[in-house]
Amino acid sequence: MSKARWTWKTEGLERFLSGDELIKGESLWQDAWRRLKLNRGAYWSLMFLALVASISLLAPLFPLPSPMALDLQDEPQAPVMPWDSFGAHGFDEATKNHFIDSWEPNFVDRALIAVRTGIFGDWQTGHWLGTDSKGRDIASRIVWGSRVSILVALSATLCSLIIGVTYGAFSGYMGGRIDNAMMRFVDVLYSVPFIFVVIFFVTILNEYRHELADAGIGYIHVFYVVIGMIYWLTMARVVRGQVLSLKNSEFIEAARVIGASTPRILFVHLVPNVLSVVIVYLTLTIPAIMLFEAFLSFLGLGVEPPKVSWGLLAVDSTEAINPIKTFWWLIAWPAAAMGSTLLALNILGDGLRDALDPKLRGR
Amino acid sequence: MSTPFLEVRDLCKVFPVGRAGLLGKPRAELRAVDGVSFTLERGESLGIVGESGCGKSTTARAIVGLHPATSGSIKLDGVELTTLDRRGWLPYRRKLQMIFQDPYGSLDPRQTVGSILAEPLAIHGLLKPRDRKLRTLALLDAVGLNPRHIHRYPHEFSGGQRQRIGIARALALEPELIVCDEPVSALDVSIQAQILNLLRDLQERFGIAFLFIAHDLAVVRHVCHRVAVMYLGRMVELASRDALFETPRHPYTQALLSAIPLADPVAEAERRRVVLKGDVPSPLDPPSGCAFHPRCPAYAAHRDELGERCTRDLPALGPAASENPVSGQQLREVACHWAADVHARRVAP
Repeated sequence: MSKARWTWKTEGLERFLSGDELIKGESLWQDAWRRLKLNRGAYWSLMFLALVASISLLAPLFPLPSPMALDLQDEPQAPVMPWDSFGAHGFDEATKNHFIDSWEPNFVDRALIAVRTGIFGDWQTGHWLGTDSKGRDIASRIVWGSRVSILVALSATLCSLIIGVTYGAFSGYMGGRIDNAMMRFVDVLYSVPFIFVVIFFVTILNEYRHELADAGIGYIHVFYVVIGMIYWLTMARVVRGQVLSLKNSEFIEAARVIGASTPRILFVHLVPNVLSVVIVYLTLTIPAIMLFEAFLSFLGLGVEPPKVSWGLLAVDSTEAINPIKTFWWLIAWPAAAMGSTLLALNILGDGLRDALDPKLRGR
Repeated sequence: MSTPFLEVRDLCKVFPVGRAGLLGKPRAELRAVDGVSFTLERGESLGIVGESGCGKSTTARAIVGLHPATSGSIKLDGVELTTLDRRGWLPYRRKLQMIFQDPYGSLDPRQTVGSILAEPLAIHGLLKPRDRKLRTLALLDAVGLNPRHIHRYPHEFSGGQRQRIGIARALALEPELIVCDEPVSALDVSIQAQILNLLRDLQERFGIAFLFIAHDLAVVRHVCHRVAVMYLGRMVELASRDALFETPRHPYTQALLSAIPLADPVAEAERRRVVLKGDVPSPLDPPSGCAFHPRCPAYAAHRDELGERCTRDLPALGPAASENPVSGQQLREVACHWAADVHARRVAP
């Protein structure tokens, strides 16, 4: 019989090249975003988190007192209403320099502080949320502490993302004995109690902190990585399971039939399809890591003064509690900040899972 | 023609089953495809039918290189495909494409139709980017989809439309042979007919050869020039469509054909059906001799006459004499020791 003969009719199709007459499709991401917006709880959680993130990012712009400006009194000062104590001219040159020297903000933050002094001069707000036992402003400490807490959560999550996705995708795609060995290794790590591993690591790193500092690595950065290295295990399992179920699906086989290379299959076809599950898992990992950071700081293994994190604020407040007088603002405000952020993250993660679940599409 | 377009010789595919421990040897071997041989000419369509688990899909996947063959040879235009690596395969990917069974699973849900169709062109470096878009539009047009839907995603189409997209993707590289692995079995009956007609039209228009895997005999009859019947990893009968459907020789083929219900209730009530007893034996432990003998109605009825050959010797697929003057010219191959007798003496049924 005859050889295949290929001719394509293209007349009348050129007009579609411009794209004006084409019907726009809705990608699964757009579809998910549309359904996330319909979920009121998840949508407002996202908005709240965006607000928290921008406050945290723009912290140097706000006319808050320095988080480390001491004002020694007998006991913590209760919150004052803005109309009772609107503010004072306390953010003078000395306070600012003391803050910059001990906090060591980067050049962006220095610039933002310069903008702040440009706008507000040396004016700062009153102690609207009260002060702690050393007279430091709680509001300022919550805002500046959020930076550390969020940074720990994000960088540790990123660390777990990179290790977990790479490890899991490789293990799942290779399959067979390699997969078996890699996953048994994860099982072994799972059986080791995290908290002891972290205490062990942090204690050892404390010994070498001067050497690390000479190498330009701060103690806090190591701390981020250590937490990330603990949290990648579940991520690796999740990704490996997804890759395992996807790699034998027909669209992967179709890609192989048209001649796609392994990197192309991994990054063009597999990873985008795993991503939705990964994102959901990430939003649920972040609160877990924030809590873990708070717990470690509580034990004195995490962030160290003069830096402050939400976990450290909780430590300070428990120290100030005594049977004679409760300084409720010491506990209430940091707990509210942390609790609302964690709640929002959990609601958002839940909403994302629903929005990205293809089985719920169209509802 | 000296060399056949596609030549499959003694194709075997063995899956190891049940590994003992982490590094242990496989406990058993599953011979999914066991010595399949056939040829296919340009522009021809060959159907492979059989029950589920008979190895027809594995044969298709071995030919396109998704499952590497355990042994045997697959030659396309005289070039051995089984020894090629991925780079070596690339030029033959353009000649040999595949349509998949599941229209929901065979399209990447995160890509638009346009990028799904442009991907094979990009991988093989065909056409300039601007022409690629025009080609994807022409591909959509050729499979009967609206070219305006090029920016849509697979989940926005129905099952039949998705299967058309899968067909368009297979057409993109202008192949000479398309392996269709049950392309309509996941679709509604009304949609099946549309897709089958589309495949036939495309064959007429472009002169593509089809290797058509199906378990539905009516589907194969509609599309194929020749039909092969498989049972437990082996071909039992290979004949032209009319010869196979009108005068089936192998007892298994006869049983398969008699399982097709007739639309006419009177004819349905009058006809004699060959009902096979028991299940398909496990391919892990196939029966000795002819794999079909435990269920063979001819063997059951004439055990004394047929003797021990059925349980002892493996029947090879070989040419069988045809008494039918009409189909006498057509090639027919049967793997049964008693093929001639089955027909002449009406041994069964």
